[in-house]
Amino acid sequence: MTGLTDLGIAAIRKGVVDGEFSATEVATAFNAAVAEAQVALNAFIVTTPEKALEAAAKVDADRAAGKPLGTMAGVPIGMKDLFATHGVQTTAASKILEGFKPQYESTVSQKLWDAGAGMLGKLNLDQFAMGSSNETSAFGNVVSPWRRPNDTAPLAPGGSSGGSSTAVSARLAPAATGTDTGGSIRQPAAFTGISGIKPTYGRCSRWGVVAFASSLDQAGPMARDVTDCAIMLEAMAGFDPKDSTSLNLPVPEWTANLSGDMKGKKVGIPREYRLDGIDPDVAKTWDDGIAWLKDAGAEIVDISLPHTKYALPTYYIIAPAEASSNLARYDGVRYGLRDLPDGAGLQDMYAATRAAGFGPEVKRRIMIGTYVLSAGFYDAYYTQAQKVRALIARDFTEAFKLVDVILAPTAPSSAFALGEKSADPLEMYLNDVFSVPASLAGLPAMSVPAGLDRLGLPLGLQVIGKAFDEQGVLNASLALEQRAQFTARPAKWW
Amino acid sequence: MSVDTATVAKIASLARIKVSESELQAMVPELNGILAWVEQLSEVDVTGIEPMTAVIPNTQRLREDDVNADPLTGGDRRDAVLANAPAPEHGFFGVPKVIE
Repeated sequence: MTGLTDLGIAAIRKGVVDGEFSATEVATAFNAAVAEAQVALNAFIVTTPEKALEAAAKVDADRAAGKPLGTMAGVPIGMKDLFATHGVQTTAASKILEGFKPQYESTVSQKLWDAGAGMLGKLNLDQFAMGSSNETSAFGNVVSPWRRPNDTAPLAPGGSSGGSSTAVSARLAPAATGTDTGGSIRQPAAFTGISGIKPTYGRCSRWGVVAFASSLDQAGPMARDVTDCAIMLEAMAGFDPKDSTSLNLPVPEWTANLSGDMKGKKVGIPREYRLDGIDPDVAKTWDDGIAWLKDAGAEIVDISLPHTKYALPTYYIIAPAEASSNLARYDGVRYGLRDLPDGAGLQDMYAATRAAGFGPEVKRRIMIGTYVLSAGFYDAYYTQAQKVRALIARDFTEAFKLVDVILAPTAPSSAFALGEKSADPLEMYLNDVFSVPASLAGLPAMSVPAGLDRLGLPLGLQVIGKAFDEQGVLNASLALEQRAQFTARPAKWW
Repeated sequence: MSVDTATVAKIASLARIKVSESELQAMVPELNGILAWVEQLSEVDVTGIEPMTAVIPNTQRLREDDVNADPLTGGDRRDAVLANAPAPEHGFFGVPKVIE
């Protein structure tokens, strides 16, 4: 059956429920798309076609037996390889976890399977989710399906959820899980012309998600459109006693309450995001977004987030500090790689294992984190950063007294070529300039495709909302989506 | 503040990451570049500001004081716990000799 891989979550579930096609046919079609693209795009670290078929067979059997079907019934998805999956290798794209087969299932992935989704495979990512281009994976770069005109240079799919963004935009999966620490759902979504939402910190359980920076890490869906994101987020979210920062709140009915009507809503435009030298196409897309939300009935309000320029340096103290602590667990003793040089003692084994297992960017961040937490420097760096973080969060609190949501670009440019920014870590970090502030404040934020730049590459718009107000974020994003009419997709070359 | 080779070697040792002399030399300017950039935070007036401890206010929960409160991570799971160990021995994690 052709055309099945063009369908998103809502359309697949409806087709399966209505008996237009079977879940098995859907899984078979996506399994084939995954296999065909693997060499060229490298979106997956491990493919699990049998898991997708197994879940589909259960949905088909349930339907035949007249049993109720879940909200993700018959939808095969890609699972970012940061989520522990029972019996299926989970690596965080690091050699240090190669061969690691969890004895348990992460809460988020279990919820998705319970809702009727199946797993196409484990998606590639930046190593330990540290990166903005998917070039730090120990399992090779992911290549974006998008290309510049008359140019075969491989482009970055964004990061860290680069396997997820490539899989969804190349139609290898109708949707995928992502995680966002400083923009890792939103920036790759923007780079590849898809949608993705990072919910309020604590909405999705972190239990069974390989930890990078625990006060920032949040899981979320990446899919073709806003409605699909709402459906999938509902399936992923919810209180989990196993995560001490999980929000003990009911999951709202985001999908049922979707509305692109912005009448009576105020949209803030933060003046500090209009950087000197902003890419003219990014600026134009932002102006388009303002016009679209006005058209949807919203009032546009100029706002100030005065500490915006300090968000990135704050992030690059806090995230590495937490990472250095979280990644101390990789010691060659309990799981993963062990490098035991001849005659080495315990300390030598730790150092050799970690040297062999971690990639350069991971080591760099562990080193920075170790330094800023070390005696004598803790207050100057870490405590100061946590104070500035409080100010950044306060900026948002003040702004949300005046507006309902904030509109900004997702990233400062469209996708860059692989290798273009990887030589200078700082230049790579600057790619997160628009996404990091919302992460530091724990706020829900979404990227939706808004248009193409002069090179024909997608640009995203970002909606940032109040804590717990995913609905406001989804609704404003829907208003943008309805007016952007973004239908561009990469020409198939793989 | 900037770091020299000796400091980077000390950080690597604290982080339990073995680095070669050439890696060390490459790391010094990289780390200094990043540290010089984050230095701008020192210009922010933080008088009277408490460092953030929780991004979304939440209360600490305690789980039930029961070994098997969650059977998945509770007792009698030795083999599962050891399943991914690189060198399990006699039902324990194996490590190189620590005490002479």
